[in-house]
Amino acid sequence: MATQHSRTAARLMISPAVILLLLWMIVPLSMTLYFSFLRYNLLMPGMETWAGFDNYYYFLTDPAFFSALSNTIILVVGVLLITVIGGVALALLLDQPFWGQGVVRVLVIAPFFVMPTVSALVWKNMFMNPVNGMFAHIAKALGLQPFDFLSHAPLASIILIVAWQWLPFATLILLTALQSLDREQQEAAEMDGASVFARFIYLTVPHLTRAVTVVVLIQTIFLLGVFAEILVTTNGGPGTASTNITYLVYAQSLLNYDVGGGSAGGIVAVILANIVAIFLMRMIGKNLDA
Amino acid sequence: MTYRVRALLGACAVTALSTAAMAETITVATVNNGDMIRMQGLMPEFNAKYPDIQVEWVTLEENVLRQKVTTDIATKGGQFDVMTIGTYEAPIWGKQGWLVSLNDLPADYDVDDLLPAIRGGLTVDGELVAAPFYGESSMVMYRTDLMEKAGLTMPDAPTWTFIKEAAEKMTDKDAEVYGICLRGKAGWGENMAFLSAMANSYGAKWFDMDWKPQFDSPEWKATITDYLELMTNYGPPGASNNGFNENLALFQQGKCGMWIDATVAASFVTDPKNSTVADKVGFALAPDNGLGKRGNWLWAWNLAIPAGSQKVEAAKQFVAWATSKEYLETVAAKEGWANVPPGTRTSLYENPEYQKVPFAKMTLDSINAADPTKPTVDEVPYVGVQFVAIPEFQGIGTAVGQQFSAALAGTMSAEDALAAAQAYTEREMTRAGYPK
Amino acid sequence: MARKASTQRKVLVTAIAWTIAFLIFFPILWTILMSFKSEGDAIKAPFDMLMSPWSFESYAEVQTRSNYSRHFMNSVVISLGSTLLALVIAIPAAWAMAFVPGRRTKDILMWMLSTKMMPAVGVLIPMYLIFRDFGLLDTRTGLVVVLTLINLPIVVWMLYTYFKEIPGEILEAARMDGANLRSEIIYVLTPMAVPGIASTLLLNVILAWNEAFWTLQLTTSAAAPLTQFIASYSSPEGLFYAKLSAASTMAIAPILILGWFSQKQLVRGLTFGAVK
Repeated sequence: MATQHSRTAARLMISPAVILLLLWMIVPLSMTLYFSFLRYNLLMPGMETWAGFDNYYYFLTDPAFFSALSNTIILVVGVLLITVIGGVALALLLDQPFWGQGVVRVLVIAPFFVMPTVSALVWKNMFMNPVNGMFAHIAKALGLQPFDFLSHAPLASIILIVAWQWLPFATLILLTALQSLDREQQEAAEMDGASVFARFIYLTVPHLTRAVTVVVLIQTIFLLGVFAEILVTTNGGPGTASTNITYLVYAQSLLNYDVGGGSAGGIVAVILANIVAIFLMRMIGKNLDA
Repeated sequence: MTYRVRALLGACAVTALSTAAMAETITVATVNNGDMIRMQGLMPEFNAKYPDIQVEWVTLEENVLRQKVTTDIATKGGQFDVMTIGTYEAPIWGKQGWLVSLNDLPADYDVDDLLPAIRGGLTVDGELVAAPFYGESSMVMYRTDLMEKAGLTMPDAPTWTFIKEAAEKMTDKDAEVYGICLRGKAGWGENMAFLSAMANSYGAKWFDMDWKPQFDSPEWKATITDYLELMTNYGPPGASNNGFNENLALFQQGKCGMWIDATVAASFVTDPKNSTVADKVGFALAPDNGLGKRGNWLWAWNLAIPAGSQKVEAAKQFVAWATSKEYLETVAAKEGWANVPPGTRTSLYENPEYQKVPFAKMTLDSINAADPTKPTVDEVPYVGVQFVAIPEFQGIGTAVGQQFSAALAGTMSAEDALAAAQAYTEREMTRAGYPK
Repeated sequence: MARKASTQRKVLVTAIAWTIAFLIFFPILWTILMSFKSEGDAIKAPFDMLMSPWSFESYAEVQTRSNYSRHFMNSVVISLGSTLLALVIAIPAAWAMAFVPGRRTKDILMWMLSTKMMPAVGVLIPMYLIFRDFGLLDTRTGLVVVLTLINLPIVVWMLYTYFKEIPGEILEAARMDGANLRSEIIYVLTPMAVPGIASTLLLNVILAWNEAFWTLQLTTSAAAPLTQFIASYSSPEGLFYAKLSAASTMAIAPILILGWFSQKQLVRGLTFGAVK
């Protein structure tokens, strides 16, 4: 196996990346940690005083905190469900032979390239607006009362927008995985009289598990930080109906200018993210390691 | 050092300064509102007069702008030479010493011409800390044709009772005409600007003299109850996401019977290019409840120079130009008097040309009807009509706005929203150490 | 018989696939269509909007109001710069992890990924202060550094999973032939790794192009990329659908076109070790 020499070389090669990320994590994070123990309002500089655990107390007892926590979970899980199930279905479909595969693939992948801000603005104004939006026009044409998505189903609307952006990503990975499925094995199973359903359950699903794991991991990392979509569409409301942890931290530090409280929120969010990371690591360890 | 040498050195320094002022680029942060965008289009006029000053514009949506300039000035980032700030920020920032005093603007700037109500809000300890670009109050804008159809006549100074009656009669949901459009989008500068002003006319207030929050008062209850009743029965769908812009679009498309909002909206709704109802709009003062206060606010967008700017002289020249009488004339010559930035100068309202503009008088009357130092019926410890000029207000106002927005969306009852607002405000005020 | 059935099936699949693709693409298509209408027409009912006359006025207005080419160039420099820098740092690291795995490799990898979960808003004020002190505010350099750090974990991971698929026997064979570490990397690994590197590059250019928090917070004008360009068209006073559509189209078109043309390369490496 690897020699001592190559081990040293490997360590040297890894170190720049590790050191940089360590700095990136430690420098702002330790400043944040320090701020989180101060009473620090951005509009009153020079008046910082030691606050002990006050900021943590206020952040954790904020009535918005628990709804933000559950909204974060609903948002992540909701988008994951839609993109994984939709992605598998779409990948199975696109794996069939049909005319214009290239064009269809180009169209399906497109939402992934759109900036989150732009897609949120487009969905909010051109589609979900209850007076001028496309959905309202369709409802009116059908003689129905236009549904006001962003006030009556704010979280679901945001899930829809975010899922639209991430569906192409899931589809692509799952499709690639599907295309590497052993055809001979498939055909052999077909010969043996296995039904379409049985083939799906016993051959395709196990084959896709790894791909699904990857999709879940990557998307979770990005979905925990969903922010622009909420800022643009609902500002976390009505009430706190669509506030997630990231948005709550934003509201604390940049709407309230309460840097201390925002920093405490940031630390709480980092701790929560690490819990998720450990959980994911377990999952990935089981599934991804050969 | 002899006197002569010193004088010589001084002269050199002056020359050095004036050469440094040559071909300077100043960075101006501003909101993407119509009047500011118009100003960007007038840069050739500015450069004709000041060929040495190049202006770099950073135009942003209001919330993004506010957050960026605040972060920058509070951390002394030094990214901007001129910032567009509101009447809320000006006194707070001025007190911190973050803004360059504008007391030494040239005589032809005519500081005394600025409207007293507006100027008062921008003066901190005798120093003018920001120059008003445009000022606004709020008023009722209504459709004269629909009012006539409803068989009613709008008085110049309506009451809330009349507004309710008119809203009911003007509403025709099948034709997509909604009797009244009001702000519902959460934010201290969005729904809370309207609601705080409305509450003033109901005799409600944010805090009593001991800085105790007052959302548990019957006056607030009456305000919110009436607001919800108006909006659920006669308002447009999706009102909890409607701010100024959304309502403007609705009114321009002829979907609102009445709209109570910023006076600057008048020039948009009467502009035939963008408004389908341009020739059918009437104006009235914001409603009252007979308690001596009307439900209108006072606001101005102002240009200020952050103390950290390296180009104070060039920035001052720009600010003086953009808020001068001359600028008003330049706009009038190019785009007509109706498009002049309103609400900052007495002379504008004395100009016979401007008096022909249909909403000129009502705008001035509305501005004069607001008094930031005595916003509501009772005495209060704070300054500001639709805001409370303390640093904590922005956060509290937005959180409270979220509650009322939820009440409007129907996900919360009025009582729960008020209780939540009270609890939140008490909590934050205790935390901030009030009463101070 | 069989052939006919399969043709029928193909027609059906084609119809379904095209319908779904159209629906998914529709919001983008609609935005593009709307950008060629006047403001007054843009808010009409869908059919009336389509039938209204075409116009370039929104593009003309966006063009006079903002310096598109500067925002565009900043986006290009920042997204490409940060991706290339991340690749330079990540390639050796990923190589080492893939071919000389230690006991800790997996932990290091997961730790790297977990740094991505740090909520950016929580560290904005510290970052702003650091940037101010280093004179990095509103500079491309500053943004390149931040985006490099943000995307580095993903880059390392993508490359790692890709390198891992390169069979070890080839390396052994090269070593037998007396290749040293350097020539092993240059002559044996690199050619095999190019598709993976290309796809990593593409994905990260896309992610960096669309990053909308740091790019907006840490720039004002000189280094402001397209994300800030968009921020001046969201919810202004008055009607804005057409102008917003035009600005949106201009902001997403470059990356959309790039994505479409390089789709094959992008997909090839976009497996994150999902395929064995």
